[in-house]
Amino acid sequence: MKVAVHDIMHRFKEKAVLSNISYSFNENKITVILGKSGSGKTTLLQILNGMIKPDAGTVIVSNVRLNYDALSALRTKIGYVIQQAGLFPHLSVRDNISILGRVSKQGDEDITTRINQLMNLVQLPISHLAKYPHELSGGEQQRVGLCRAMFLDPPALLMDEPFASLDYETKQDIYQSLLDIQKAGPRTIIVVTHDWDEAVKLSDHFIWLEDGKVKSHGDRTELLIAKALYFKQT
Amino acid sequence: MKVLVLLSFTFISWLANGQSTIRVGAKHFNEGYILSETIALVLEDGGYTVERKFNLGGTTVSFEALRTGAIDVYPEYTGTISKEILKKDSAFSIEEINNRVSRLYQLEISKPYGFNNTYALLIHKDLKEKLSISKISELKKYPDLRLGLSYEFIDRKDGWNNLAAFYKLPQKTIALEHGLAYQAIREDKIDVTDAYSTDGEIEMFDLVLLEDDQHFFPDYQAVSFYSAGLPLPAKKLLHKLTNTISEEEMQRLNAKALFEKLSHLEIARDFLIKKGLIKPSRNAAPSNWSLIAEKAWRHITLTFLALIASILVAVPLGVSIFKNQRLSKIILYTTGILQTIPSIALLALMIPVLGIGVMPAVVTLFLYALLPILRNTVIGLTTVDPVLKKVAMAIGLTAWNSLRLVEIPLAMPMILAGIRTAAVINVGTATLAAFIGAGGLGEFIVTGLALNNTNMILMGAVPAAVLAILTELIFEFIERLLIPKHLQK
Repeated sequence: MKVAVHDIMHRFKEKAVLSNISYSFNENKITVILGKSGSGKTTLLQILNGMIKPDAGTVIVSNVRLNYDALSALRTKIGYVIQQAGLFPHLSVRDNISILGRVSKQGDEDITTRINQLMNLVQLPISHLAKYPHELSGGEQQRVGLCRAMFLDPPALLMDEPFASLDYETKQDIYQSLLDIQKAGPRTIIVVTHDWDEAVKLSDHFIWLEDGKVKSHGDRTELLIAKALYFKQT
Repeated sequence: MKVLVLLSFTFISWLANGQSTIRVGAKHFNEGYILSETIALVLEDGGYTVERKFNLGGTTVSFEALRTGAIDVYPEYTGTISKEILKKDSAFSIEEINNRVSRLYQLEISKPYGFNNTYALLIHKDLKEKLSISKISELKKYPDLRLGLSYEFIDRKDGWNNLAAFYKLPQKTIALEHGLAYQAIREDKIDVTDAYSTDGEIEMFDLVLLEDDQHFFPDYQAVSFYSAGLPLPAKKLLHKLTNTISEEEMQRLNAKALFEKLSHLEIARDFLIKKGLIKPSRNAAPSNWSLIAEKAWRHITLTFLALIASILVAVPLGVSIFKNQRLSKIILYTTGILQTIPSIALLALMIPVLGIGVMPAVVTLFLYALLPILRNTVIGLTTVDPVLKKVAMAIGLTAWNSLRLVEIPLAMPMILAGIRTAAVINVGTATLAAFIGAGGLGEFIVTGLALNNTNMILMGAVPAAVLAILTELIFEFIERLLIPKHLQK
């Protein structure tokens, strides 16, 4: 799925959060939006699926302008994952993962097949399905969150600091899972992070925001150079 | 749920259907009950089916019930009709009353039963001797006497305020329930109380009447007060009671209820049979247990109908307004005001609109249950973790699906807690429904209070308490069924 923004400008209480952002995200690649907290990176991510309507500028998804009156339908095509997973505590793992399947009236058999497929993909045991989110570890919860976002096999995936609260070991495992998923069926993945190592690990491309402006962007090689310069500086 | 609603409506229409029967009301004090049973038995003996709508509280409620057609007949006193209903300072004659009530309200009164039950002030024999006082006019010499008077007596035109002005009495008064006044005077908590001259307690408790030496109290002849539309044969039956009960007989009948703990039905039946006014009847009085079961069932029905109606209104209302803060505030405020109206007042306010019986009681309980359910629904929904609401939206759930699958289930513990509170409040408040003839366990309490009969009060109070506890337990069970364990409180 092609996702792009043109001349995005957004303020929050008189303060510019984003100014003059134009960027075309590469189709079926992983792009990392990098930046410190307050740089506007989460705002930019939420502008992409219409959670935030920018004060000015346009969002183009699949070559058409974002229609703010039909967001639910669009969002089922853009998976969404947040920090600490945001799983629904009253639903079992199975029901969390399949909630969009139930809403779109999929048959039980199709749902079960898809759930098993996803659990396998993120390497979680089937026995976890009957559990509730609070019974899982942070890493497991995040994998379930990933499954929920992937249920309808969306052509795009937005991830907001998805791994920030996980420990180092868990992170490495789940990075690998994400890369495996991407290898198995490429899609447009956009990951917001403040972690340069995570960016290096995951990204095909990057866009670096500072104070609401694009400071730098490019491919993986350019990211490595930017990183080297940045850490030499500080 | 649909079946429940349907059942409720069938039940209500069954309750409301009473065209072919004569509905007899009663004011809630001993004599009121006995006379009402007397009327009921005479009508039954004459072949009519009688519905007993007892426990109508005082004059206002009883008269409203008669005027609006919720009952067909109840026993009343000529003095009360003149002063309280026709708002005249002195008493009318029987003919004058009949002229006026038939013109104004299409009602009629019968000829007097034969006794005069006027208001009286009474004191203990010992105190009478100590102070050597026998007349009301002598009261003014003792400004420190403690006067414990019934609520109704204090407010009436022929009650305390005018009496005090007439006799120039200086005492301050304490207001209390008439049934408790005798106990208070026996225990020396008060010195003087108001009473009816036919009260059964007077002699029993060594009390004496103070003579109304300047003739302030009007005549209170007991009569049947009934709708002019009553069938002629029924009116004739009511007139069988003319001049059949003397003052002494009435005192004795009242004492029987008080001290022999006979039921009003038994007292009235024995009296009428002895007088040859009705044939001996075959039906034995029902046992206490079956009475409790019957009233408990009515109690549960009242509570349950009102609760279901409240849930059906308050939950959808809460769901549809919680996103609008201003509207939520306005509606919560309004239901909050409803909650502050004392339940007995709200019940009384229902009478001009809905008459007496089950309907106004259910409506009152419904109004009381609204606030806790509505408030908890709104609070439950507004306090759902905003991150989860955002996630629901971001993954592509429509507003309706987010509400249905995420927000309402997450608010469910709070909503259920509101319903539980409402249910328990309703079980308690439903005891007051007896005051407007809706029945239920409150009937024992109201009757017991009027008769100062602790056993009877307990017959209502204990099952009502048990019902409240059962309600708690049932809701705990429902919560366990509906809410995942880790989200239960």
